[in-house]
Amino acid sequence: MIRLALRQLRTEAVIGVGLLAVLAVVLRITGGNLAQVNDAFQATCRASGNCTAAANPVRGVDQGLQALVATIATVAPALIGLFLGAPLIARELEDGTFRLAWTQSVTLRRWLAVKLGLVGLGAVAMGGLLTWMVDWWQTPLDAATQNSFDPVSFGLHGIVPIGYAAFAFALGVTVGVLLRRTVAAMGATLVGFLVARIAVTAWVRPNLTSPLHETLSFLTARPGFDVQVSASTLSLTPPHVTIPNAWVYAATVVNHSGAMLTGPYVLHACPGIAELNQPQPLAALRACQDKLSATFHTLVTYQPASRFWSFQWAELGIFLAAALALCGFSYWWLRRQYA
Amino acid sequence: MIEFHLDSRSGVAPYLQVVHQVRQALRLGLLGEGDQLPTVKDVVARLAINPNTVLKAYRELEHDGLVAARPGIGTFVTRTLSDASLAAHAGLRRELLRWFAEARRAGLDDESIEALFRDGFRAASTEDVA
Amino acid sequence: MSAVLETNGLGKRYGRKWALSECTLAIPPGKVVGLVGPNGAGKTTLLHLSVGLLRPTAGSINVLAGRPGTTPSQLARVGFVAQDAPTYAGLSIDDHLRFGRWMNPTWDAKLAEERVAGLGLDPRQRAGQLSGGQRAQLALTLAVAKRPELLVLDEPVASLDPLARREFLQGLMEVVAEHGASVILSSHLIADLERVCDHLVVLAGSRVQIAGDIDELLRTHHRLTGPRHDRHALPSDQQVISESHTDRQTTLIVRTGNPILDPAFSVAQLDLEDLVLAYMTRAAQEDRRPKLEVRA
Repeated sequence: MIRLALRQLRTEAVIGVGLLAVLAVVLRITGGNLAQVNDAFQATCRASGNCTAAANPVRGVDQGLQALVATIATVAPALIGLFLGAPLIARELEDGTFRLAWTQSVTLRRWLAVKLGLVGLGAVAMGGLLTWMVDWWQTPLDAATQNSFDPVSFGLHGIVPIGYAAFAFALGVTVGVLLRRTVAAMGATLVGFLVARIAVTAWVRPNLTSPLHETLSFLTARPGFDVQVSASTLSLTPPHVTIPNAWVYAATVVNHSGAMLTGPYVLHACPGIAELNQPQPLAALRACQDKLSATFHTLVTYQPASRFWSFQWAELGIFLAAALALCGFSYWWLRRQYA
Repeated sequence: MIEFHLDSRSGVAPYLQVVHQVRQALRLGLLGEGDQLPTVKDVVARLAINPNTVLKAYRELEHDGLVAARPGIGTFVTRTLSDASLAAHAGLRRELLRWFAEARRAGLDDESIEALFRDGFRAASTEDVA
Repeated sequence: MSAVLETNGLGKRYGRKWALSECTLAIPPGKVVGLVGPNGAGKTTLLHLSVGLLRPTAGSINVLAGRPGTTPSQLARVGFVAQDAPTYAGLSIDDHLRFGRWMNPTWDAKLAEERVAGLGLDPRQRAGQLSGGQRAQLALTLAVAKRPELLVLDEPVASLDPLARREFLQGLMEVVAEHGASVILSSHLIADLERVCDHLVVLAGSRVQIAGDIDELLRTHHRLTGPRHDRHALPSDQQVISESHTDRQTTLIVRTGNPILDPAFSVAQLDLEDLVLAYMTRAAQEDRRPKLEVRA
């Protein structure tokens, strides 16, 4: 039965492994380049005194390739779901071959268990391998950008892509079982996968555990806030705070009781700041910030870098659990309809 | 080895057709004592009929004492029907030709002659069975 | 001798519609059973229920004294060829035989290979490249090589040309002669059923209209032709299946175990097609009559 399932997926397996191999070669060849640039920078930056991530030139290297790799890493789990999951059972239902497959001497349960288990494992393995390769290639970049916990980057790092691959596969299988049409199932899987990913990123992940809060003074953390002056109004630009490898939800300017700083208030407190054609706008801003620093400060809401891996494991757990639930549902549904 | 054929529109039961064809073969000397009849498997593989039909036919022939089944080997002829003296054969044939000539003289065409013949034959057969 | 297929009040409903209802059958082993009826009468439903591809909504079904499709050993004893003989278009004949061998512990590889060779098929050819008749033969090989006690075939020859049809039935009968499997096959073509079947089930209006040995059925059904008669004037042991009247003549198809003694009627034998049509007509007429429903 196992040999059969493998044989039926001969084509997909060959294509998948082939693509992975091509990618592996490309990454291997180009990865050295990034590492070299980074190493060179690390060796010489001490002399110039600026070893910040912003000064690291590696971010500008092979930018086209960087974008391509990021795209591949983002899209890969969905593709796995599409091409391994959706057709797995949908095609049998569509072609009527299930009437052949389920009347051999193997029960539906065993047939499904082997198919889902084997191909699911393959999907997860491919996802894992891809993640590992991309992670390796991106190590110098990660050292430079230090943004692996950011909402978009998070999904490309660590172990969560394995969960995405498993989920996309299980979703594809389930949609295929429900719709019984391969092409329609592929489309619906893609949509469903996107919705799930966006939903988890936007609503589940931020609430997994309460974020930390940190207070920063305008005087030490520049710039505290910025202003934009137009003809009739003054609008406040919230501060942009980066903490290396942490996930900053937001940075707001509040006073001791938590009330937010508003444009009109700034105008009221620092009347000179709204004047157009100022000789020294930056100095005026600094002066205003100094003035307000007694009552206002920057409040940063964030998840610290130390929590990165617990978040990874949690999200992996969520998607794996969802994948298993979907598989269970597919089995239940099939048994209800057939045998 | 003889070959059977089935006329699905003759109104005669398939197993009887097989019986008749064996008897015919015995009469014409196509099958002799000790010859083997086609196996049930071979017959159904050629005619696409139910094996029980063939078994029924062979059983009837065995009941008539014409064949004997040897389990695991096959069904074999034990007695032929060409005992009927050739003279009677030839005489019957002459009578038949005379009858045909008379029918022609009466003005019957080929089709009418055949219809008359078949009708009479059928009537005689059913009388036989009854 | 236990029945090879036994149903009791078997029914299957899809939404509001009953595809099959109150089906009670007991089919003895060792027969080639013809399942005949108009489209949508429930033939495919009954066959799918008997191989475990469907679960009953009402009643029960037992195949070879077990519930269909439940255990590997039960599945091994029943061979199935679905309508249009589904096969994997991308896999070769060899692959299909491997498929059979891996999925069936009772697989007889020699039988399968001999059949394929005897059919003149190239084992490396893809199933998608085969003709309809060849695919049907492949599907039959897959069903037969696991040496089942029961073969179930859903309209196996419906879309085949006459030669392919004949060859398929030849192959099927050869298997029955050699391995003694019971067969249930559904078909529209009564001429084919007449050749190969010795047992008949007529399904019409989602119900079993008549079932029994063909010889027995033909012996107990007669066509009566005579002067115009009111049907109620007939003896009670004669069940009228269908009737038609002109102003002078009455033609009846009756079922009875006893000889017909009424001299007013001339009695004739029915052939299988007449018999089937009589029951299908009766079912169609019953369908058209308005049903009185008791709403619970």
